[in-house]
Amino acid sequence: MLESKEVTKVFGRKTAVDHISLKLDPGHIYAMLGPNGSGKTTWMKMAAGLIKPTSGEIWYNGHPLEINSRREIAYMSTEPYFYNWMRVSDVGKYYQDFFSDFSMDRYKELLDRMELTGDLKTRSLSSGMMAKLKIAVTMARDARVIMLDEPLNGIDLLARDQIMTSIVETVSSDRVLLISSHLVEELETVADYAVFIRQGHLADFRELEELRMTEGISVADKYRQIYGAGGEYHE
Amino acid sequence: MKYTTSTPIYMQVADSVKEKIVTGEISPGEKLPSGRDLALAYTINPNTAARVYQILEQEQVSFTKRGLGTFVTEDPERIRLLRSEMAEQLLDQFINGIERLGITKEEAIDMIKEKEG
Repeated sequence: MLESKEVTKVFGRKTAVDHISLKLDPGHIYAMLGPNGSGKTTWMKMAAGLIKPTSGEIWYNGHPLEINSRREIAYMSTEPYFYNWMRVSDVGKYYQDFFSDFSMDRYKELLDRMELTGDLKTRSLSSGMMAKLKIAVTMARDARVIMLDEPLNGIDLLARDQIMTSIVETVSSDRVLLISSHLVEELETVADYAVFIRQGHLADFRELEELRMTEGISVADKYRQIYGAGGEYHE
Repeated sequence: MKYTTSTPIYMQVADSVKEKIVTGEISPGEKLPSGRDLALAYTINPNTAARVYQILEQEQVSFTKRGLGTFVTEDPERIRLLRSEMAEQLLDQFINGIERLGITKEEAIDMIKEKEG
């Protein structure tokens, strides 16, 4: 469904993404893992059609990604993206204007689940509430590809559970879900594939139950193998 | 549910469902949740949930009625067998652990009796 063909992105002298090739099929949840700064966000933005690769191509349903296919791809970025005068209900209306696949009913259902109400002002939301709002507004779209960039950053256990439930609920046989995280353990049970990114490269691509069955190791163990015992700061 | 992340998740969830059947929390013949609901209840991937039902069906612990869903076996003999299979598993784990401590089976039996008494 979504294919990255030798995709490379260079910013000045820094190669953020270096010849990444991978194929994402519908019906699955992919965990995109790697330390901060490894190139996950840059790759996702290219896959969402928000920035252009320096070389290589993103293909969607057998064609190079074009403006039209962007409509079927939802990307939740890490940056805050609501005007601070907005109430939670305004955020829904704003999205409805922008995206034809946005469902107000689904949005309300998700807000309910996340224990958010329409009258809340976005500027008064805690970081956990803001994280939940971003998920709700992204998941209320009926997109074929949903990419969530670090959805679990800075949230508490209960918010995490609510977000996980929404993620599992959104899986369907005609949809790709990709979630990036540097918190490996969080995605251990819900993802079925892991994409390991290291310094802009695709370091490994594994089916998780297969990994547990054949090697008897967890995703976290694999992560340590790839990035070294020092983890995040290992070069 | 707390998982051991280095062993397949589908096996752990299958064991949990089996335990509920053996303890009677789920009755013989009872309808099991849909794959999606199982995934939600256990916070697992829906593909993993589908695999749980595949394995339960293969082991004849559950069966599928076309268009109606997955049901627990109605065969009391199968459930009795399930109980002894699970007991066997626990015993193996126990014996493994106790042998590693250098305690013989006889000593272990005495310890169990003392614990009861």
